[in-house]
Amino acid sequence: MLSKPRYLPAGESALVVEFGATIDPGIHDCVLALDAAIQHANFEGVTETVPTYRSLMIHFDPRRLAAETLITALAKLEDTLKPARTPPQRWHIPACYDSPHDEDIAEVAAFLGLPRAQIIDLHQGARYRVYMYGFAPGYIFLGGLPPELTIPRRAVPRSPAPPGSLLIAGGQALIASCAMPTGWYGIGRTPVKVFDPRRAKIFLAGIGDEICFERIDGEAFDALSLTAEAGELCARGERLDEL
Amino acid sequence: MRGCLRVLRAGPGATIQDSGRFGFLRYGVTPAGPMDWTAFRTANFALGNNDRAAAIEVSTGGLEVVCEGVPLWVAFAGGAFVWRRSGMVLPKAARIRLEPGETLMARAGEFGAFTYLAVAGGFDTLVVMGSRSTHLRSGMGGIEGRMLKADDVLPTVIPVEERSSECFEAMIDAPWLDRDPNPFRVVLGPQDDYFTPETLSRCFAGVFTLTSAADRMAYRLKGPDIAHARGYDIVSDGVALGAIQIPGDKQPLVLMADRQPTGGYPKLGHVVRADIGRLAQLRPGETCCFREVSVAEARAALLACEDEIATTVQRLHPLRLALTSERLFEANLIGGVVDPLDSEQTEEEF
Repeated sequence: MLSKPRYLPAGESALVVEFGATIDPGIHDCVLALDAAIQHANFEGVTETVPTYRSLMIHFDPRRLAAETLITALAKLEDTLKPARTPPQRWHIPACYDSPHDEDIAEVAAFLGLPRAQIIDLHQGARYRVYMYGFAPGYIFLGGLPPELTIPRRAVPRSPAPPGSLLIAGGQALIASCAMPTGWYGIGRTPVKVFDPRRAKIFLAGIGDEICFERIDGEAFDALSLTAEAGELCARGERLDEL
Repeated sequence: MRGCLRVLRAGPGATIQDSGRFGFLRYGVTPAGPMDWTAFRTANFALGNNDRAAAIEVSTGGLEVVCEGVPLWVAFAGGAFVWRRSGMVLPKAARIRLEPGETLMARAGEFGAFTYLAVAGGFDTLVVMGSRSTHLRSGMGGIEGRMLKADDVLPTVIPVEERSSECFEAMIDAPWLDRDPNPFRVVLGPQDDYFTPETLSRCFAGVFTLTSAADRMAYRLKGPDIAHARGYDIVSDGVALGAIQIPGDKQPLVLMADRQPTGGYPKLGHVVRADIGRLAQLRPGETCCFREVSVAEARAALLACEDEIATTVQRLHPLRLALTSERLFEANLIGGVVDPLDSEQTEEEF
């Protein structure tokens, strides 16, 4: 059974089911379990769900469904739920930390007082969970950054980081899908297009999936960039329940 | 042969919009869609379109188009824009048949920030992830993901001749699009507990002014400070249309059509769907206030609003009469004011 959530209105057309206020894998498991159950139950009137770190936003059509009816149905559903993820995938994503893709690494090294090589080892060696998308289409928010790499956000945003940038700040990591100004620090870059509307698989990773980075050099980056541009995924995925 | 509209001139803010890009909110994809869904739907319904049909959203920058190929049935509604067919003034909301070579021009009028130009069957631009809506920030949808500009050609989805026999030119009597000074209704939550009851009362008693920081993504208002009782940094959660975010400067930011689907500031409440179009029609410098309602009241208001808009086809009045009374009305109100663009008015024949 899940921890008791709070039901909070977001207008007449959306409901927030909140399991906590922090970034925590256990809370996120609850969010994902409810998300999967709602998709499975196929509720009349529910149009879309948005899992985030700590809550699930349920968008619905008020003509077909009233908020109180939805809450009653959810309360019944939750009694039977177990906090578990639907079988997630593990994605192996190539990452280049060489110049010119390591734009902010010197700044991070100076701030944290760590050698550059250790920053790369820490970032590349960790396993990440996809917690949510946000900021822009396909921007992936990751949990699992080693605590040694905790660095506060910039007071003033930097110039746009290119698509595929591996960014860190505030104890979190993310993969940029498009060039946007950011208050985060870019320490590497992947040639993989995590978002490509022309591809059959528009978004690489599902929420709850795991991500590992595999280090590549600048030459491999350039070669894979061309392959990715041609519509290839360039990342290897495996089902975690089959490992 | 399919007809099309060619853009002769487009001011800033003219974009293609359908009802929005849904199904990908969880991947951070902005829904976009019309800023004023009530006006957008009215224009589409007047043509017998459903609300998925793509239309042109025109902002205060205005628009001028010319009909090419075959005659086209078009309808427009939203705010009190000034519309002219080949120079002749039309009502602020109408359904007309444009002949090839005829031009249609819109420019900002007495009130309103957005008006919609719909065409029978809808405009046939590229569908991206299930929608034709333009999202400028991610460069998605519409024409190359950008605002319309001169020489853009907008083809229609269906040949229009099939339906033209049952159509007549009409003024659209849509009182739900009239200017309305009533407070915008707000449902509290999800983070209303980040504010004290006193702060919330001050917010609902206050008068807010729309600042110039107003675009399709968000409207920044200026008014009494709304101080946080528990800080303003929250772990990101979902964001719905009309969310009233209170960032660190204690001034409300209402999230509009181009909102991101997730966000990290406390949300005091949401402007109800029935009022969000009316809010979108504010121009910078105009004032507003808010009134708290329950979820049930907000839902009832939305259903009533939708039901009213569904009567659009029964509220079409043949244009000749409508124009005459409109002319008289205008003559009474603004007699003596000379607009150089109106110099041909006396020669108009209806």
